[in-house]
Amino acid sequence: MTLTKEQVEKVAVLARLSLSDDEIERFRGQLSSILGYIEKLQALDVSGVQPTVHAVQVDSTPLRPDVVRDSLSPESALANAPARDGNLFLVPRIIE
Amino acid sequence: MNPIDLTLAQLSARLEAKELSSSEVTGACLDRIRATDQNLGAFLFVDETGAMAQAKAADERRAAGRSIGPLDGVPLALKDIFCTEGIPTTCGSKILEGFVPPYDSTHVRRLKDAGAVLLGKLNMDEFAMGSSNETSAYGPCRNPWDTTRTPGGSSGGSAAAVAARQCFGSLGTDTGGSIRQPAAFSGVTGIKPTYGRCSRYGVIAFASSLDQVGPFGRTAEDCALVLQAIAGKDPMDSTSLDAEVPDWAAGMKGASVKGMRLGVPKEYFVEGMDPDVEKAVREAMRLLEELGATLVPVELPHTEYGIATYYVVAPAECSSNLARFDGVRYGMSKREEGALREMYFRTRAEGFGPEVKRRIMIGTYALSSGYYDAFYLRAQKVRTLIKRDFDEAFRDVDAIVTPTTPDVAFELGERSEDPLRMYLADVFTLACNLAGLPGMSVPCGFSSGGLPIGLQILGKPLDEATLFRVGGAYQAATDWHTRAPRIG
Repeated sequence: MTLTKEQVEKVAVLARLSLSDDEIERFRGQLSSILGYIEKLQALDVSGVQPTVHAVQVDSTPLRPDVVRDSLSPESALANAPARDGNLFLVPRIIE
Repeated sequence: MNPIDLTLAQLSARLEAKELSSSEVTGACLDRIRATDQNLGAFLFVDETGAMAQAKAADERRAAGRSIGPLDGVPLALKDIFCTEGIPTTCGSKILEGFVPPYDSTHVRRLKDAGAVLLGKLNMDEFAMGSSNETSAYGPCRNPWDTTRTPGGSSGGSAAAVAARQCFGSLGTDTGGSIRQPAAFSGVTGIKPTYGRCSRYGVIAFASSLDQVGPFGRTAEDCALVLQAIAGKDPMDSTSLDAEVPDWAAGMKGASVKGMRLGVPKEYFVEGMDPDVEKAVREAMRLLEELGATLVPVELPHTEYGIATYYVVAPAECSSNLARFDGVRYGMSKREEGALREMYFRTRAEGFGPEVKRRIMIGTYALSSGYYDAFYLRAQKVRTLIKRDFDEAFRDVDAIVTPTTPDVAFELGERSEDPLRMYLADVFTLACNLAGLPGMSVPCGFSSGGLPIGLQILGKPLDEATLFRVGGAYQAATDWHTRAPRIG
């Protein structure tokens, strides 16, 4: 299996990664060989087999009582913010 | 005798008898770290002040007759994947440089409640993605038995620190072998419990359906003492299991394998494996037989699909989990020019290392439109087949014994340019995660070159007790686990 440069670029955009030309070329080779190896899964007959999402069966999503509990203060939640404005995370402009 | 040569259980008894103080042994550990870590690189952060204060508090509790239990005053250390309130947590990545979590992971909180002294944060592969500790953005950790070699990964620092007598036990995480493989390479004991035994709250996520927390120790008993302090249902993680946590350490005292049926899968002795590894593991199996176990051939026919399955499921989940590193709320943020979208692309391009990018790319591809059914869904179905193999085998046996790895620790740099070759070496550890089973690695010998070899013991879901009994009985009859590397 061989990926094209365009396929690698498309995946990089989906993954929100800007890659250099060198990286694209290196990943093209490496991803091709890894995906080529993974292709061996196609050889198995999996018709009628249920997918395993979690290895251990957990009873649906448990609900807890809807009660007020302590949580992080705004100050500690924002302590690592690269930029903030009062109690808000600040981001660069969204609409170009 | 230097107190750092004691096992955790022995130290605990000495502290209880007041023959040693926590301040003394914590000081000895910090001295040891200062003397050896320049060469090893096991620690990313050492909290000297905090550790000495916790030791003093433990000593004061003991003096007042209010000691908490076997971990009170015992110096431990944590893989840098656990969030620690007020202590930097990098996950081995540049993207989290300078990040100081506002809360403790469930495990950190439970260890603190048990009185443990936390020495610091341990080196690891970036976001736990790697088998050699070489993908760490802060430089590799080295194997205490041979510093030109890897200690294993991703929990390389956690294994090396215990082997080098820098601490009495440590926590790691295991998504595809990241506890058992470094335990084998570094000559220590490590256990990945059943998926859901431990909470994942406060553990930086890699692959959520596979990630599990577990301890490293010099002995199986030491691992039991740490695991029973951190295991158990946690309201903060809905996938943590509501199952009773037994006193594993008490249950393994004087344990015997007499009458046990131990499965030996032929698929785990493959062509091309290191003959020293095969010899040591076969020898260990023979000894277990001598001790009264019956060896039973079992079949795990889908073993050969384990790596391919894992390298779809894990990257897919990682690409989703790592979407949160966007430069908005914490960590690196490259926003000097451009709008929001540019910030995402630049932050992630500069913050993530090559292996993390590679896995995000594989996972994004596998989940992308048109490929989901062929890759992710199919891999999850093969995962069911792998799990069924184990269900079938465990009808007839109490545990399964295998080599932990096909090789001994390899040289730093040897495989870093060939990711597929690095992945293929995980062949014996991955299936355990895919099936959610508990697995342990115990030292079972050395190669002709003096490098440690590990025996892997796999158990039924929630049956860690059998692993501790087998590990304990084996260690009572052998002395591999007592050997120490010469370093520093």
